[in-house]
Amino acid sequence: MPGVRPVHEGLFTPEHLIGGRCDACRRHHFPAATTCPYCGSTAVTEVALSDTGTLWAWTAVTAPPPGYRGEVPFGFGVVELPEGLRVITRLGESDLSRLSFGQAMKLDIAPLHEEDDGTAVVTYSFVPSECA
Amino acid sequence: MTGVAIVGIGMHPFGRFEDKTVTEMGVEAVRAALGDAGDPEFQAAFCGTAYSGVAAGHKVLGALGRTGTPIVDVEAGCASGGAALMLAAGAIRAGQYDCALVFGIEKMPKGIIRSSFFEPWREEAGLAATPAYFALRAQRLMRESGVTKDLLAQVVVKNRRQGVHNPDAMFRAEVTADEVLASRLVCEPLHLWMLCSPNEGAAAVVLRAAPARDGGGPGVTLAAATLRSHLPGSALHEGTPLSGLADDADIPAPTTLAATAAYEEAGLGPADLDVVECQDTDAARELLSYEELGLCPQGESGEWIAEGVTALGGRLPVNPSGGLLSKGEPLGASALGQVVELTRQLRGGAGPRQVDGARTALGHTVGRGANASVVLLQR
Repeated sequence: MPGVRPVHEGLFTPEHLIGGRCDACRRHHFPAATTCPYCGSTAVTEVALSDTGTLWAWTAVTAPPPGYRGEVPFGFGVVELPEGLRVITRLGESDLSRLSFGQAMKLDIAPLHEEDDGTAVVTYSFVPSECA
Repeated sequence: MTGVAIVGIGMHPFGRFEDKTVTEMGVEAVRAALGDAGDPEFQAAFCGTAYSGVAAGHKVLGALGRTGTPIVDVEAGCASGGAALMLAAGAIRAGQYDCALVFGIEKMPKGIIRSSFFEPWREEAGLAATPAYFALRAQRLMRESGVTKDLLAQVVVKNRRQGVHNPDAMFRAEVTADEVLASRLVCEPLHLWMLCSPNEGAAAVVLRAAPARDGGGPGVTLAAATLRSHLPGSALHEGTPLSGLADDADIPAPTTLAATAAYEEAGLGPADLDVVECQDTDAARELLSYEELGLCPQGESGEWIAEGVTALGGRLPVNPSGGLLSKGEPLGASALGQVVELTRQLRGGAGPRQVDGARTALGHTVGRGANASVVLLQR
């Protein structure tokens, strides 16, 4: 039976993004790393990041970027999480008239494309909360 | 301390040249620069390029029969030529060389730049969408600096008008704001004509040790050449991270870091500048550069373009060459193309696009890495 493959290991679970919290400078980062990208400390703990946030910037990608096999157009933007992080992310909405500054967004693990053997490749993305 | 003079410049036009190799373009630019300098003996050569493969600089100098010296090939994305210039100037200042050749060459693939910077999974996820990052930055600039889409179009109108007079530019026809806004929407708010075209070309300069602060002579002095990378934290800086901090207000942009260092090195400030060539990868990038270089106060770049401050004839002309929006962007060559243009300006030989009486000039490139370079020239 065809399975599901995350586009990359260690980025997300079905429920949340996997980030890191630095015990030295107290800042969060994404993706999780063994060294804090902001202060260089190795005292970092893997944490589940919030699955909700607010929209900070967005656009729609109208032509397939290099190496991408999914459909266009697709939404692309920055979602601000309560941990004080701005995450670069795919958006589940590409109709820009439905997006606005500060809009409530929710994590959605979404299909990217299907491989020849039927495996569905999924990635993290955010969608407007009212649609989720 | 030893100063550095620019004693020779050479260009291969920027554009598309199907029947030429990157080596051949480099040979033309280097030959022109060495000829302009009176064919000096140089003790080292530095070649900026990102896509030309192994030992690309050696192939150019091999074709000219000028090998034997150290040849250093330098990759720093859009700032590769600026990085090469910084290394050469630093070595001359330190007394290591009396004369150095610096050149940049590139033959880019067509379309959206494919970059090994992005891991395969980021490409697969659609996150290698370079123009989309530019678009997000443009949207934030519109929100924070009162910039409108019409003002973005005005940047293109200005640069294309100035590029008409540059024989080394790829696009030499004027455009109207309506035409810019009618071109294909790539990533809202950026339309196709608001984005520069990756292309091909080469540029070269010859540097020589000179007495420090040799003011008053006809020669052009390299007053500063700096290169900086990004500080971590900003989601949209050219390091192209996967995330950044919401509290990023105090994190200076790589361009600001490079500019601050350059002003300090030269003992100059933005108020001293007569002409600027800055990174206009996209129309918003040019406006952001005004702010990050300290040309205008934060948030006022929109007013500057609206009031014509940076057009030829304005208070501080920016991109008299037509910028990358007219010339196209051959990564490794673009920073040195700016230095060639600014040297022409300071020599008074820029023809119809001459900035009258220009004595102090700034060149700026910034791109992936992040890499930002700032060059200050004086006559």
